[in-house]
Amino acid sequence: MTKPEKEISWKEIPIGAASIEPGNAMEYRTGDWRSMRPVWDKNRCVKCGVCFIFCPDAAIHKVEDDYFEADLFYCKGCGICARECITGAIKMVEEE
Amino acid sequence: MGKRVGMEVSIGAAEAVKLARAECIAAYPITPQTHIVEHLSELVNNGELDAEFIPVESEHSAMSVCCGCSAVGARTFTCTSSQGMALMNEILFIVPAMRLPIVMILANRSLSSPLSIWNDHSDIMSIRDTGWIQLFAENGQEVVDHVLFAFKVAENPNVLLPVMINMDGFILSHVIEPIELPDQDVVDKFLPPYNPVQRLHPDHPITMGAFAIPDLFTETKKAQEEAIKSSFPYIIKAWDELGNTIGRYYNPIEKYKSEGKKILFITMGSFGETVMTAIDMMEEKGIDVGLIRIRLWRPFPEKEFLDAIKDADILIVIDRAITFGGMAGPVTTEIRSVLYHEENMPAVVGFICGLAGRDVTPKDYERMVEIAKEKVKKGKEKEYEIYGVRE
Repeated sequence: MTKPEKEISWKEIPIGAASIEPGNAMEYRTGDWRSMRPVWDKNRCVKCGVCFIFCPDAAIHKVEDDYFEADLFYCKGCGICARECITGAIKMVEEE
Repeated sequence: MGKRVGMEVSIGAAEAVKLARAECIAAYPITPQTHIVEHLSELVNNGELDAEFIPVESEHSAMSVCCGCSAVGARTFTCTSSQGMALMNEILFIVPAMRLPIVMILANRSLSSPLSIWNDHSDIMSIRDTGWIQLFAENGQEVVDHVLFAFKVAENPNVLLPVMINMDGFILSHVIEPIELPDQDVVDKFLPPYNPVQRLHPDHPITMGAFAIPDLFTETKKAQEEAIKSSFPYIIKAWDELGNTIGRYYNPIEKYKSEGKKILFITMGSFGETVMTAIDMMEEKGIDVGLIRIRLWRPFPEKEFLDAIKDADILIVIDRAITFGGMAGPVTTEIRSVLYHEENMPAVVGFICGLAGRDVTPKDYERMVEIAKEKVKKGKEKEYEIYGVRE
């Protein structure tokens, strides 16, 4: 799917609306759904990885110095990471 | 050519599935379709048909299994009736949307309640809008021929849609008729092995029946609608090829003594045979009536229908199901919709009759002609009638 969904004509729909490119869900920006964004406080984070484990969309990954952050292309802002964080290092901040 | 042999139509239907070399069959027995499933399971069990026969616990599973079989590229058959069909309802919509060329015989039977095992069209009319190509057979030979035809149409890469053959329960399914089964080599030439355009295979992974967001759903449905509309010429072509192969030619709209007639009956399914007898009887009495049989119900052959009725002043439409709270029976409503905007629109008189196997005799059809004329004279043709109901 190289075209945005809104530009696809019915003539371009594959037979039976099948997904013919495996893994093309990667191109889908679920980050568009987000109204709240997780923000990490490095002073509180103990790098335990609970946020990474609980993220239902596998949108959290490890970055430099073993801290974690969300990939905002996919993060839907569900807030589970903030709810599960043991030290309260993640805060949900409203998107502007 | 094969020889004509007296056999039960259900057995003939199962033998036709064998001739078509179906590879997967998943079905659950239900009256009046049972003999088809039973005979198919025997054919597979005794090695006459090299197919997977998958016994299931319900019709919902039967059609789900058929989906899987067809999705991996197997020639797939199933059959059901009434309550069983109702139980597979959810999957009936999914099959054409995923463009799976499954063939199904629906042995038409009324829907509960009250419970009835007998024939009418309330089952098929409830699934009219599922997206299947829908045909009506008038006799046993037509059922057999159309099993072969159905696979030919369904599997055409330009079509790729499921085909449903409607056959009146008991009136056809349990009747012993002289039936000609074509020879296997003739069928093999007409119906080569299924060659799927796309299928589930580990070498080329695809996902079928995934979800569509609102931005895409309308486009998927438009594509599906265009698929069934554009299947029409391939349906006609397949009938031509079938005719050239077995010598029996079929049309989307069949006519009987209809040329120039001012009054025409419109029927679907086995009732057409009785109406033909009624027309012959009326002819002797000087009552001029013709018959139009709708063989292809979806996609509806609009042009062919309008051409067939162009000389008529009165159309007497026989409905075998009720549209509760609607304007008339489902076929009558359809015909009125087809006629709207036509010049010289004939009067359309709808009769609902033959519910749950109640007999409708040639005499009844003669009576309907009288009632129809009377209604048109009084300008009351819009009011449909449940024929023969006791007041």
